[in-house]
Amino acid sequence: MVDFYGRRFESRLLLGTARYPSPEALGQSVKRSGAQIVTVSLRRESASGAKAGQAFWELVKALGVAVLPNTAGCHSVREAVTTARMAREVFGTPWIKLEVIGDDVTLQPDPFALVDATRALVAEGFEVFPYMTDDLVLAEKLVEAGCRVLMPWGAPIGTGRGLNNPYALRLLRKHFPGITLVVDAGIGAPSHAAAAMEMGYDAILINTAVAIAGDPPAMAEAFAEAIRAGRRAHEAGLMEPTDLATASTPTFGAPFSPFAG
Amino acid sequence: MRIRLNGELIDTTAEDLAALIEDRGFDVSVVATALNGEFVPRTLRAETKLAEGDAVEVLRPMQGG
Repeated sequence: MVDFYGRRFESRLLLGTARYPSPEALGQSVKRSGAQIVTVSLRRESASGAKAGQAFWELVKALGVAVLPNTAGCHSVREAVTTARMAREVFGTPWIKLEVIGDDVTLQPDPFALVDATRALVAEGFEVFPYMTDDLVLAEKLVEAGCRVLMPWGAPIGTGRGLNNPYALRLLRKHFPGITLVVDAGIGAPSHAAAAMEMGYDAILINTAVAIAGDPPAMAEAFAEAIRAGRRAHEAGLMEPTDLATASTPTFGAPFSPFAG
Repeated sequence: MRIRLNGELIDTTAEDLAALIEDRGFDVSVVATALNGEFVPRTLRAETKLAEGDAVEVLRPMQGG
């Protein structure tokens, strides 16, 4: 079970809801992945009042999963805090995936604004899931600010590059044994997700790699299997790599030896 | 009066935020509102007066990653 601010979940896969070819593909992907948490966002309603938000929200509610609203697209503390407050009212949850973008090319989170926005939101009772770089000191500041969940990037959003800096991710895991750690963004293949889980990460957040797959529900299932396998391997205790070979077949009794035994 | 609604300039006779939401046909139950960058809770929309040049944001649930 994985713990997010006192709520416990069987599934260690958090699924984004954007970029699917159809609402049906989204619904099927959530079901086949077994995901119990999906991310959602807030966007401008068209000025004519088209009520387009209702259909999507009804679909998500019908899935019976927990929702994690994000502040995607925010570039300042003020925008992020206002968006978080709006999300809390609409989605009825204190959870917020806090995104404050600092660079438009890589969509790298702004670490300074992230800490400031986290402090403001924690003071208002929010439970913050910060989308962050893999910087150790930033992680310290966020935990000091009240985060019990950290979400370092694997690689920039939507790139599918996997784990750009496994060393930094491993270091975070070692440094924060009691914090729920999620790799968020940049995961392109189930093997990337498995690698993060083998390191001891608690969960993985995926969107693009499932949504733009040839068969999104099948890919969602593949990710779920990889995440389960990676978790099981971590719990089972992985061997340490070594430089020199060690025969796996017993050497005692090997044929053609001039010696007995 | 002329205000900016979701980035678009519009003319409205609505005097407060609740009236604007009503006039524009927004679904009251699924939108969140902000006035000049500050969140306005649902319960305060009726008492939140609008003024010339105000910037109003009306947001709805949407797919996200």
